[in-house]
Amino acid sequence: MKRRQTNLGYFVSEGFHSIFSHGLMSFAAVCMIVACLIIMGSFTLLALNADQVMSQLEDENVFYAYIDETYTDEQISELEAQVKQIDNVASVEFISREQAKEEYLAGQTNELYIDMPDEVFRDRLVIHVNDLEKFSQTVEAVSALEGVAEHRAEQDLTDAFIAVRNVATAVAGILIAILAAISLFIIANTVRLAAFARREEIAIMKMCGASDSFIRWPFVIEGMLLGLLGALLAFFAQWGIYAGVYKAVMTSSAATIVIPVTFGSVWYCVLGVFTLAGVLIGVCGSGLAIRRFLRV
Amino acid sequence: MIRMVDVYKEYDNGTKAIKGLNLRIDDGEFAFLVGPSGSGKSTIIKLLTAEEFATKGRVMVNGYNLSTIKRQQIPKMRRTLGVIFQDFRLIDKKTVWGNLEFTMRIIGATNREMKKRIPYVLDLVGLSDKAKAYPNEMSGGEQQRVAIARALVNNPQMIIADEPTGNLDPQRSLEIMTLLERINSMGTTMLVVTHERGLVNHFSKRVVAIQNGELISDEQGGYYKL
Repeated sequence: MKRRQTNLGYFVSEGFHSIFSHGLMSFAAVCMIVACLIIMGSFTLLALNADQVMSQLEDENVFYAYIDETYTDEQISELEAQVKQIDNVASVEFISREQAKEEYLAGQTNELYIDMPDEVFRDRLVIHVNDLEKFSQTVEAVSALEGVAEHRAEQDLTDAFIAVRNVATAVAGILIAILAAISLFIIANTVRLAAFARREEIAIMKMCGASDSFIRWPFVIEGMLLGLLGALLAFFAQWGIYAGVYKAVMTSSAATIVIPVTFGSVWYCVLGVFTLAGVLIGVCGSGLAIRRFLRV
Repeated sequence: MIRMVDVYKEYDNGTKAIKGLNLRIDDGEFAFLVGPSGSGKSTIIKLLTAEEFATKGRVMVNGYNLSTIKRQQIPKMRRTLGVIFQDFRLIDKKTVWGNLEFTMRIIGATNREMKKRIPYVLDLVGLSDKAKAYPNEMSGGEQQRVAIARALVNNPQMIIADEPTGNLDPQRSLEIMTLLERINSMGTTMLVVTHERGLVNHFSKRVVAIQNGELISDEQGGYYKL
């Protein structure tokens, strides 16, 4: 007799039927996967949005260093060169007090300001940084230079977004680990229950010469199908939740500061990650559960 | 083919189930293994199907040395055997056809081969009209015939029957044993574990008697003397 049948159809059919033979447990497993993936996805999307805001802020990554009024043009040039040497400084531009006044007046309509003396303004260096994470260190380094009388840096907003991004990333990481473990446990229990109910059948199969893989495959496919179903449901739920939050942000005053990432631009990543995570959890869970029933 | 050479089996709880057993059953033979409860018959079956392993000695089944067999080789060894149990051990949620089909799937048989082989085997055990029936819709004798068909469907070198008539009335028992004898006459080695004196005496085959884990008699055409 030739040995060439792959039995894939049989495995899929067995795995599919097994899901319905203990429907309640399968339902619980799918719900758990959905919940885990939504929580994981929500925090990941929050981190992604914080990252985007950071990128937007990095376009305005600038602060001012006011120059000692006693400094000559030569000393100012020397100071400018020193600033350029500092790590994380992207560019330095010298703005004289006259230029500063002109820029200021350009934005004013009130004639009262026209006669304002130049001395109200100070010579300054406009400094752009590369990495916002090192913003405060760069400001400190520049301020420490001799000849820098004062500085102005709007750091609070930057710090707030850095904090949001870091917290969201850390929470997402921790939650992913915890929730993946919980999902794995639930799936493993679901499959273990199925395997326990079919232990006699498994023993018969073993006695008839079934290999471990022949017995394992239907359970692995069951886990895979549960994971896949959970991933798809989680994807649509995540889509709905995100669309709601997006709409709320865009119609609020927060939209002036934050422009959230559209779901349309990341849906394929979310679907891909959810599917991969769901299937992986399903396969690993069932693989772990079935192991001890194969020792016949 | 079975070879057991100076085999000992001691369980973890200290029970010495088999003590220095030597046994040889050649291809095509029909042998009864008899003995009272607790004599070690079930342990011998477990040793032959690699459910348990000998503490000492050598066990050979159909060319496989079970004393040194690797775990992944056990399924291959079991495919050379057909095992029949007292309680039939059929899968209740599968039809008669389904029970035979999954057994053939294990060895990777094609649908075409299954469609050819299963009706042949069902005809052999007299259940041609029961292919679509479920085990719980059948009598004990019929269920045992399904179990025999399952043991036979992959055309094994040897069938090991563990008390195959234990749950049947005398008439059905005789029918089943006659069927096993017929299968043996077609070339399949047969080892039948039983304690039914009447049946053993009726068939007048080789009788291997065990008591307290030791071989006490081995006679061709012998009788159940315990």
